[in-house]
Amino acid sequence: MLEITLFYIAATIALAATVLAMTRANAIHALIYLIVSLLAVAVIFFLIGAPFAAALEIVIYAGAIMVLFVFVIMMLNLGEEGDARERGLLQPSIWAGPALLSFLLFAELLYMISTVEGPVSMQAVSAKEVGLALFGPYVLAVEIASMLLLAGLVGSYHLGRRYLEREE
Amino acid sequence: MEGLNIPLNHILLVSSLLFSIGMLGLMIRRNIIFILMSLEVMLNAAALAFVAAGAHWGQPDGQIIFMLILSIAAAEVAVGLGLVLQVQRRFKTLDMDSANRMRG
Repeated sequence: MLEITLFYIAATIALAATVLAMTRANAIHALIYLIVSLLAVAVIFFLIGAPFAAALEIVIYAGAIMVLFVFVIMMLNLGEEGDARERGLLQPSIWAGPALLSFLLFAELLYMISTVEGPVSMQAVSAKEVGLALFGPYVLAVEIASMLLLAGLVGSYHLGRRYLEREE
Repeated sequence: MEGLNIPLNHILLVSSLLFSIGMLGLMIRRNIIFILMSLEVMLNAAALAFVAAGAHWGQPDGQIIFMLILSIAAAEVAVGLGLVLQVQRRFKTLDMDSANRMRG
């Protein structure tokens, strides 16, 4: 019973933090809420028996990717006038239409998942099982991921290098 | 970690709510940094659905797809933030409406 309570608390925190992150005017404040949301999702991963995914969520998502965001926001040096502009763009007349459309799609998803039954995770899937599957049947996926990361590395180096050169 | 009985459809409900919030954020924000954050939220919601489904059947496949989603998110964010720097340098703003013309 305790685990279910923990799950609902973590899910509530994740949803609330995400809503707050999407509606902040200041990018750094939004980023802090987003990190809270990712940590809550990591707690959910741990509760449903995926401890390795929970660790990766904290180390890579909340650690590495969010730090990239922090660096870029600090390089851009956004001021107070940016905040005021963002607040002006967050009027209900702007977000009412997209909110209605998102809600309709969510209602469809809700209808579809209402037919799903059964609990998750009678036991945890350990990191060892994940590793064995990753370098067994999924080894081609590892290669594809490595090529994708290489493409990301080259692309971001190219974009960032031109940015730095032209500034001087 | 035994005897957990979290219903699968509740986790899928959380995942689809997160995805809807991310999609809403993607549509209402014009700041490119917030657009990238919304994409992260949506990828994370999809990853949650994969891990929950993997846990439902007690198989590691869900977590492997989670790792692939993680590498996609990392590559996407690296290129996306490089583009943020270019947009800021070229247009002196992060508003995507100012960058709606394609020209060389």
